[in-house]
Amino acid sequence: MSDQTQSEWPLWEVFAQPKTGAEHVHCGSVHAPDAEIALQNARDVYARRGEAVSLWVAPSTAFASTSPSDEGPFFDPGQEKIYRHPQFYKIPREVKFR
Amino acid sequence: MDDAAKLEEFEARIARGEKIEPKDWMPEKYRKQLVRMMSQHAHSEVVGMLPEGNWITRAPSLRRKMALLAKVQDEAGHGLYIYCGAETLGLASRQEMVNDLLAGKAKYSNIFNYPTLSWADMGVIGWLVDGAAIVNQTALAKCSYGPYSRAMIRICKEENFHKKQGFEICVTLSRGTEKQKAMLQDAVNRWWPKTLMMFGPHDSDSPHSGTLLKWGVKQFSNDELRQRWIDMTVPQALQMGLTLPDPDLKYNEQTEHWEIGPIDWDEFYQVINGNGPCNRERLAARNKAFDDGAWVREAALAFAEKRRAAQKEAA
Repeated sequence: MSDQTQSEWPLWEVFAQPKTGAEHVHCGSVHAPDAEIALQNARDVYARRGEAVSLWVAPSTAFASTSPSDEGPFFDPGQEKIYRHPQFYKIPREVKFR
Repeated sequence: MDDAAKLEEFEARIARGEKIEPKDWMPEKYRKQLVRMMSQHAHSEVVGMLPEGNWITRAPSLRRKMALLAKVQDEAGHGLYIYCGAETLGLASRQEMVNDLLAGKAKYSNIFNYPTLSWADMGVIGWLVDGAAIVNQTALAKCSYGPYSRAMIRICKEENFHKKQGFEICVTLSRGTEKQKAMLQDAVNRWWPKTLMMFGPHDSDSPHSGTLLKWGVKQFSNDELRQRWIDMTVPQALQMGLTLPDPDLKYNEQTEHWEIGPIDWDEFYQVINGNGPCNRERLAARNKAFDDGAWVREAALAFAEKRRAAQKEAA
């Protein structure tokens, strides 16, 4: 057997949109030599029962992600700014708002 | 944070019902155990295509043939979902896991080392074997490792079709000619004892269960899951007018459970150690499929490289 058959096809991450208007959601990964076959494999593996109207694939190596150890400091700024929520603001009862 | 503190945090997260994701800290034993379980599970799906693939060309009608083809294709898909989940643990690539299977170094579900002798086996496998798989996989869907849990949720939805099409075959045969009834009973006699073994050794002989349960890798013990399946399946068998090959089988009014006689664990260990009726045939078939597909994998890769080179030149 040649080396080529042993060198594995690269990994692609697969995102499926269940219906128009919905977001594409990560559903797993496939191995494929190129984007075209990655899409075909993604269809066969993740959309055998009409689970998708659209698929995205991208090489797994192209993704950057936060790491669990940054979780605190990285996301803290979003936790402490309560004035970003409507509940922060008080309107006197007698004033009609809604 | 030292490892003891990390372990404490890890166990606390699992106790709170949180899922562990690929980049999170996890004990090496948890990682190894999951790779072992997930690769065995993926191998089982892949090898599980063989006993049924055997009947595709001989299905009794086009409707049955379409169902069987779709079921076998699902099993390939299930294998791929689980390999992809196992790869996120970073210990082995899919190819490395497949290589272990092809070299005979990996285990897969024992049940696939038995032959499918008649068409009734297709019904009984769907009803009994896929029914047992659903019980196992419904429990695994609650597993603490996120990617495994997600793969199981997807699989469970699809397995329901497998079980129902099998049950339909069984019910049809059970209402058929005397010959068809006898064929169904013969298949049940062969597959019932083997399906009981699918849940693994008794809890008293399953030494690793403690940690696995604590870490949420397993949610229920082997005996609990086996009992759940027995209680679900016995009434279905009786309903079809079938007998089950166990003289000790009886209903306990107090516990409201069906009780079974002893399981032949000697046979289980014989088969798991490579001496079942089809172990060699299954491995040979997987190796042949892999080798026969080599030129396709090679050609697709060569084509992709050629096209990349052409695009680079054009740019």
